[in-house]
Amino acid sequence: MTTPQGVLGFLGALLTLAGSMFLFLGALGVLRMPDIYNRMQAGTKSTTLGNILTLGGLGLLMPGWLPKIVLVILFVLITNPISSHALARSAHRSGMRLADGSVVDALAADEASQGIEPASNRELDAREIERQALETSA
Amino acid sequence: MANLMLGAALLFAGAGLILATWRLLKGPDAPNRAVALDVLTLIAMPLMIGAAVYSGRQIYLDVALVYAVLAFLGVVALARYYDRGI
Repeated sequence: MTTPQGVLGFLGALLTLAGSMFLFLGALGVLRMPDIYNRMQAGTKSTTLGNILTLGGLGLLMPGWLPKIVLVILFVLITNPISSHALARSAHRSGMRLADGSVVDALAADEASQGIEPASNRELDAREIERQALETSA
Repeated sequence: MANLMLGAALLFAGAGLILATWRLLKGPDAPNRAVALDVLTLIAMPLMIGAAVYSGRQIYLDVALVYAVLAFLGVVALARYYDRGI
């Protein structure tokens, strides 16, 4: 590629750098957060913003490609919340526990008020035993 | 200056890939790995667009778009599988 020139090139490079920092922070959150719901929060929100900023900056570097890049941005903006929502719901239904410091589980309370069985205790115990075995072996 | 910032952006995105891969290997169970995989694909897609800009070939944009579609379908299928089986 040719070296980016002018104000547009500088602005595009700056946006790309900011977006990639958000991508890095999202991955750091996925590594450091205590339970799966916190990890999903960090991993989805900040990577969505990082995607938008990075792709927008790259689009400013190549102004002729902007329509197609905007298409990709819109696709990410629509599908990313859907996939993280599906993952969070399936994790909650398959009995993943919240971290120890959590104060409220609104979905579990809602399901209990509607008379829906929570994830079965037997399955929960199996998962807990598996987790402890993994922790002792590690 | 702009080239320097683009290089730093590449470094940050690469470090993010390494951290997400660490979570993918560490687990501790399958849904956590699915989250790490989701984040990995979301970091890899801007890198693909960056490769398109770097090489100057517009066809790579289509590669990134198709990759995003397939990654989304894969994650939704994984979530459905963890929920109630295939």
